[in-house]
Amino acid sequence: MNKKAWLLFFVLLLTVSTALFGCSSDDSSSDDGGSTGNDGGGDAAEETDGETQDTLVFGRGGDSVALDPITVTDGESFKVTKNIFETLVEFGEQDTDINPGLAEEWEVSEDGLTYTFMLRDGVTFHDGEAFNADAVVANFDRWANGTEDKFYYYKSMFGGFGDEEGHVIESVTAVDESTVEIKLKRPQAPFLKNIAMSPFAIVSPKALSEMSEDELAENPVGTGPFKFVEWRRNERIVLEKNEDYWNSEYPKVNQVIFRSIPENSARLNALMSGEIDLADGINPSDAPQIEGDDSLQLFERPSMNVGYLGLTVTREPFNDPKVRQAMNHAIDRQAIVDAFFEGRAEVAKNPMPPVIAGYNDDIEGYEYDPEKAKALLEEAGLGDGFDMELWAMPVPRPYMPDGQKVAEAIQSNLADVGINAEIVTYEWATYLEKARMGEADAFLLGWTGDNGDADNFLYVLLDQDNIGSNNYTYYENQEVHDLLIQAQSETDEDTRNQLYMEAQELIHQDAPWVPLAHSTPLLAGSANLQGFMPHPTGSDWLHTVYFE
Amino acid sequence: MNMLQYIIRRLLQLIPVLLGMTFIVFLIIRAIPGDPALVILGQQATEDAVAALRESLGLDEPWYVQYFQYLGNLLTGDLGESIRTRTPVNEEIWPYLATTFELSIFAIVIAVIVGVNAGIISAWFQNSWFDYTAMVLALVGVSMPIFWLGLMMQYQFSLQWDWFPTTGRENVRDPVNAITNLYLIDTLIQGRFDQFVVVLKHLVMPGIALATIPMAIIARMTRSSMLEVMKSDYIRTARAKGEKMFWVVYKHSLKNAIIPVLTVIGLQTGLLLGGAILTETIFGLPGVGRYIYEGISSRDYPVIQSGILIVAFIFVMINLIVDILYSVIDPRIRYN
Repeated sequence: MNKKAWLLFFVLLLTVSTALFGCSSDDSSSDDGGSTGNDGGGDAAEETDGETQDTLVFGRGGDSVALDPITVTDGESFKVTKNIFETLVEFGEQDTDINPGLAEEWEVSEDGLTYTFMLRDGVTFHDGEAFNADAVVANFDRWANGTEDKFYYYKSMFGGFGDEEGHVIESVTAVDESTVEIKLKRPQAPFLKNIAMSPFAIVSPKALSEMSEDELAENPVGTGPFKFVEWRRNERIVLEKNEDYWNSEYPKVNQVIFRSIPENSARLNALMSGEIDLADGINPSDAPQIEGDDSLQLFERPSMNVGYLGLTVTREPFNDPKVRQAMNHAIDRQAIVDAFFEGRAEVAKNPMPPVIAGYNDDIEGYEYDPEKAKALLEEAGLGDGFDMELWAMPVPRPYMPDGQKVAEAIQSNLADVGINAEIVTYEWATYLEKARMGEADAFLLGWTGDNGDADNFLYVLLDQDNIGSNNYTYYENQEVHDLLIQAQSETDEDTRNQLYMEAQELIHQDAPWVPLAHSTPLLAGSANLQGFMPHPTGSDWLHTVYFE
Repeated sequence: MNMLQYIIRRLLQLIPVLLGMTFIVFLIIRAIPGDPALVILGQQATEDAVAALRESLGLDEPWYVQYFQYLGNLLTGDLGESIRTRTPVNEEIWPYLATTFELSIFAIVIAVIVGVNAGIISAWFQNSWFDYTAMVLALVGVSMPIFWLGLMMQYQFSLQWDWFPTTGRENVRDPVNAITNLYLIDTLIQGRFDQFVVVLKHLVMPGIALATIPMAIIARMTRSSMLEVMKSDYIRTARAKGEKMFWVVYKHSLKNAIIPVLTVIGLQTGLLLGGAILTETIFGLPGVGRYIYEGISSRDYPVIQSGILIVAFIFVMINLIVDILYSVIDPRIRYN
């Protein structure tokens, strides 16, 4: 053969092999679609054609750390344990109100020190053990004898362990088979909200006594609607229907599989191709595309967070409330929400989101008004403006997708009123450390609620007790402090909410923050998915989900 | 010196190399700002909790004490325990390594077959349209951002044409029963040929994405090496004897041209093992790159140290194998 002929031969070879490759994969895809339903794409399509789909595949950004809920702090772990375990009382479907859980009813004594729980009958753990008062006591005993690095949330919600001074729980006793009595050392108003949190889920006492801590982390045994089947790290967590679940109506699907796909766009691609049925961590910029696609639906998770600009009140010139109010008037929050949250957030006016009981909706937020800001600066003797550092967080957070860009927008808003802000940033851990030390003039930060209680926002973030901890602005107001402390032991819900509303009013006037936004994280699912209700805490119930 | 002595000497040389690796990695990860205890417990942690965790992790010891403890454990085969998952690294690393092996081997096979042949044909038909096209493509390939390529492939081949699945290693609705964790082998052992095809289809897109850059580098290297050899006298002699052109190219020329190509292949294979992180991220594959990456973001020192150590070890071993292969292919090469 001559040179030309050889070249032709190679090109033909390449073309033919490509064609064969394409065809063969096409063939095999229809083949196993017909026989075993193996191909991801073919599978979903087939199931919608024929019988109803009964496996839910939930795609998310990361894997769980461990499945022993008391030992973990990350949302990806709670997402799974929420469906395997149950707590004494449960949050509402899409709020943080208190509903019956493993306890059907409860009574609180007049002084707020004794809680009596009447437990649900006929509940069994996945290992066949009966759920009763002893099981509850065994779990509380385990937690109370822990240490902070092991059971982080126990310390943070109940103040300590064993005999420690701060430990709020005095005793947990089984009165009879189905009654548990919890005695507190001092009243704790958010107590019920605390025990509704995912970490305080009841684990089978048999598992507790037979398994080591390491085994418990990988072999969860609870009472929930789904049983644990298998966990291959970073690949899949498989749960199956608990046939003996006390509420025989649920769960609706037979199997739930959690998959981790770290990249947001790739996760959306996997959803569109039918390999997964539900995806979290949807980019706000992808929302219009999903809304325009008939085979998909978009979910908004109710917000339980706040993103804010903190003004360190111990630093000049932010020690003057007028300057802080001027900052509030100078910044165009609506524009920030529209530009950097793609409108998927609510403009904030209070330090806590509206889903939380005690939210003061009567407060008028500071309107965007540069002229008013200038006037206030004039009154404060800073008519010529001033120089300041504006700290921007280096990492995207759920409450603020892009700190740098938000900072740039704020910078230009401030320039309009004569304030010259220089944007500063540090590595994340260093950033937190330095802000906590009060080294920033003004800093971007945020908070996601733990238990959906106002105390978890106002007291933790703005009380003088928490200066040097999570009160990064060093804001101090005795009146606010008195209200928040009183609210901690007030057991009457309405009176308590009233106290929080008053506190928000005072905080609003003192303006230690420029509250920016309450973001609503986005999820997407296939169109035939029904009964999914994203929960503000980020841990979703999946037993109500079914396919059409 | 014979071959065995050579290999032993090379293996002994490994020891200071790996020791140096552990030392550098150890120092570098401790230079990353951010206290691991604080990173693990998060924004809402109290100072007491951070202090207690530091103590239980042994982080309150001076760094050299930590280093020698780590070395001592290594000698007994203990790679340490992950801070985040509290599981020994030796136990949990294998599934990740297996994922990466499967992907890298698949990718390097594609890269070698396509790259070497494209290089040969380009050299053979130097300055033809095939040569130009192949070399332009190779240039594009070298500079292709894998991230973009991966997402475009998902869009075209999964969403538009439905040829391949977008992400993962398997169909999770019908999961593979892991034995060796190399799923192609596991499915064959269990006689699940349907699953074998599914696993293979999951490998195609990440494999091609990962192969792009090595493929381009190999093609360019092969072409330039072949061009040089084909100018030499013995090739002219072979052609003058009337030998078929195909044999002249694929037998006589390739044998002498392949040595530098082999070096590149060795280096690229090593790089794939540690450098598949982007591909693993886009295609949701639980490989060793992602294992180390997650270790870094949670300051999981044992995972980072041991993960990098293992990857470095494999890298050095592959290069040793390549060095040995030289003399197999070209008996003129002696090890002195």
